[in-house]
Amino acid sequence: MGLSATGLLARGRPVSALRRRVTGVLYLALAAVIVGPFGAGVPAGSEARFVLEQAPAVGVSDAVVPVRPAAFILGAICAYLGVQQLVRGFDRRSGLVLGVVLTLFMLAFLAWATADQSMNLTGLIGSSLLRSVPLTLGALSGVLCERSGVINVAIEGQFLVAAFAGALVGSVTGTLWLGLIAGVLAGGLLGALLAVLAIRYQVDQIVVGVVLNLFALGLTGFLTDRVLIPHQQTLNTPNVFAPIQIPLLSKIPVVGPVLFNQNIFVYLMFVLLAVVHVALFRTRWGLRVRAVGEHPRAADTVGIRVLAVRYRNVILGGMMAGLGGAYFTLGSVGSFSKNMTSGRGFIALAAMIFGHWSPLGAFAAALLFGFADALQSILAVLSVPIPSQFLLMAPYIATILAVAGLVGRVRPPAADGQPYTKQ
Amino acid sequence: MTEPAVKPLAPEEPAPPPGRTFAARLLEELTGGPVLVTVLAVFTALVVGAVLIVFSDENVLSTWGYFFAAPGDALSASWHAITDAYGALFSGALGSSSALSETIVAASPLILAGLGVALGFRAGLFNIGAEGQVIVGGLAAGFAGFSLQGLPVVVHLPLAILAGLAAGAAWGFIPGILKARTGAHEVITTIMLNYVAANLALYLLSTAVFRRPGRTDPISKQVEVAARLPHLAGQSLRLHAGILVALLSAAAVAWLLGRSTWGFELRVAGANPNAAQTAGISVGRATVLAMVLSGGLAGLAGTNQVLGLQYSLAPGFSGGIGFDAITLALLGRANPFGVVAAGLLFGALRAGGLQMQAVTGTPIDIVTVIQSLIVIFVAAPALVRAMYRIRVARGGAGTPVSKGWGS
Repeated sequence: MGLSATGLLARGRPVSALRRRVTGVLYLALAAVIVGPFGAGVPAGSEARFVLEQAPAVGVSDAVVPVRPAAFILGAICAYLGVQQLVRGFDRRSGLVLGVVLTLFMLAFLAWATADQSMNLTGLIGSSLLRSVPLTLGALSGVLCERSGVINVAIEGQFLVAAFAGALVGSVTGTLWLGLIAGVLAGGLLGALLAVLAIRYQVDQIVVGVVLNLFALGLTGFLTDRVLIPHQQTLNTPNVFAPIQIPLLSKIPVVGPVLFNQNIFVYLMFVLLAVVHVALFRTRWGLRVRAVGEHPRAADTVGIRVLAVRYRNVILGGMMAGLGGAYFTLGSVGSFSKNMTSGRGFIALAAMIFGHWSPLGAFAAALLFGFADALQSILAVLSVPIPSQFLLMAPYIATILAVAGLVGRVRPPAADGQPYTKQ
Repeated sequence: MTEPAVKPLAPEEPAPPPGRTFAARLLEELTGGPVLVTVLAVFTALVVGAVLIVFSDENVLSTWGYFFAAPGDALSASWHAITDAYGALFSGALGSSSALSETIVAASPLILAGLGVALGFRAGLFNIGAEGQVIVGGLAAGFAGFSLQGLPVVVHLPLAILAGLAAGAAWGFIPGILKARTGAHEVITTIMLNYVAANLALYLLSTAVFRRPGRTDPISKQVEVAARLPHLAGQSLRLHAGILVALLSAAAVAWLLGRSTWGFELRVAGANPNAAQTAGISVGRATVLAMVLSGGLAGLAGTNQVLGLQYSLAPGFSGGIGFDAITLALLGRANPFGVVAAGLLFGALRAGGLQMQAVTGTPIDIVTVIQSLIVIFVAAPALVRAMYRIRVARGGAGTPVSKGWGS
């Protein structure tokens, strides 16, 4: 499509072979880092202590890992994958292999950072999961919109209005659930605005998204100063959803506290993830959505109402991002403050792209980005000589590498961003 | 399928057909053309802003509570709330020499960054990364400003400006080369680079090289006096030479786009990459060049803030200029002179908004709301025409049309 068809990509350069080589070299470089600084760089015999015990699960002893041998083993696996990648590539499984390599690297990094210290691993995993919740929901919003052919750059704005509405309604009514619903509706409303401007008025979708973000930032900022701050006690103290402990399951060591002792947002996220994945790839509805996103003309020919599908998906997407936005005030912080999402909507966008426009891929990417976020808050404690800002940059740089085709290959739905006019 | 990733907006001004006077054209513009739409867009946005001001004011709301008992109270209270706020905004923007100075001070970086975004638009590129380029430009200009010492003004100031320009250009080069070589869509890469730049700034401000001695908070050393943009109207007003840089840049961009070979190639590459390729224009080179120039201009905007106004770097010193620049370039229809006009409008809103906030307590965020609404209305002329029942006189105003992520 677009430029790839007109020549920039397809000017006869064997991009896939080049990409394979670059990726292979990258894996080898990571292996070298694992073996070098992370392995040989630590004093022989130093150990990393990972605390695994966390309420409500009990009775797990700490895991003690010898840093050097661990790094050598992880580095060897990584190097093997790099060589394989260079020699013959992994074809369809390259996304999976990329995930494995990144995981190996992270493990080695953790062991290195924790050398001769201790780290609460269960806590870190739990915190990563929590931080990935809004990212996943925002990315799902993007998936719903873009699979139907409408670009949604307004996730950040949808987060903000939803977080605001959630805090306000949750405080006024004193009922968290009403706050959650208000957040979802507010996100949906902004989604509807995006849909009308993009579909009915055919305004450029990226323009609409950028402008709606500014609109949401200005509106919530204005109302915060004007309404919330003078009445902080009555209008901006919605409380936070309490964790729901699932009996028995939450007692499983390590996994239990992380997965089964969380608040409603985490469970909703998992349910929605499964629902969107199945709906998109296993139902007639999903087939239609994807048809509209890939080739609206063909979809129209067989009787699918293209614009109706797009309206529905963009509004649904807005609601999904609304849930993610409500998480900030009702699931995490407990009050609204100006620009509190601070760019998370764009990380969600990045997660969607990094996850190849698929729900599960987006979730994996969101977990990775959530992990980077959680890690930077821990590293300060471990006094690791890596500035936290570099970890915060990681998701963005990873996404740049992904769209540049250096890591895997990303391809948006073919009709993404193109308005459709019935002929 | 073969459309460019971003259609050029604002096709060349159609030459006036012979025999039609300027007045006739003006009349046509004013009755249904882009100018009317823009005026109505600004007006409608101000009305929506007024509604927000009224219905977020407790005192006014309480009068609405007994509207049917005494409708006059509610109406007069609302009217006063609106006139107070907008009156303060107007006098803060244009009411005095210091207000004018503030308007121009606020407008200069907006014009510079807006020119950058507009230049990108003309080459078919959507540079959302102006914010990052502003940050990087400001960092470099600031660094050159405080690290070099004892230089005369004629050397130091140009050097610092050049550093900001170069850093912004380098930050723009990244998405440019990635797009030209791999097809990576500039919208995605520039969004991501914004956050990379913001974190880079936070990091640098935490290092000993940048941080002011004796301070623990992230604030940089002071820029040397020799590297500061001189004041234009005495020390009492903040008006500085940044506006001259902005106007010169606008003239340069106008010349580049309208008169030079490079500019021609940029526009052709933006309008129709296929035709450009066929005609022997390297689309890749045009892409890189456009992003470099675009980033350089945004870098100048950051330079302008650091050398002209703040004299040091602190987190958030860019103040969202790069995002306002996008709306501004859209409002100015990617035309250099349109950008200057739109920049002055936004500068006035910004400066007046501060005054409004100080005098009436109306939060300045209302300005962001008004700006975004203006652009929504300008970008959707059909919406404005429908609201005011205007019949379409001729083809709609060109606003940029991108074509998805363009893979």
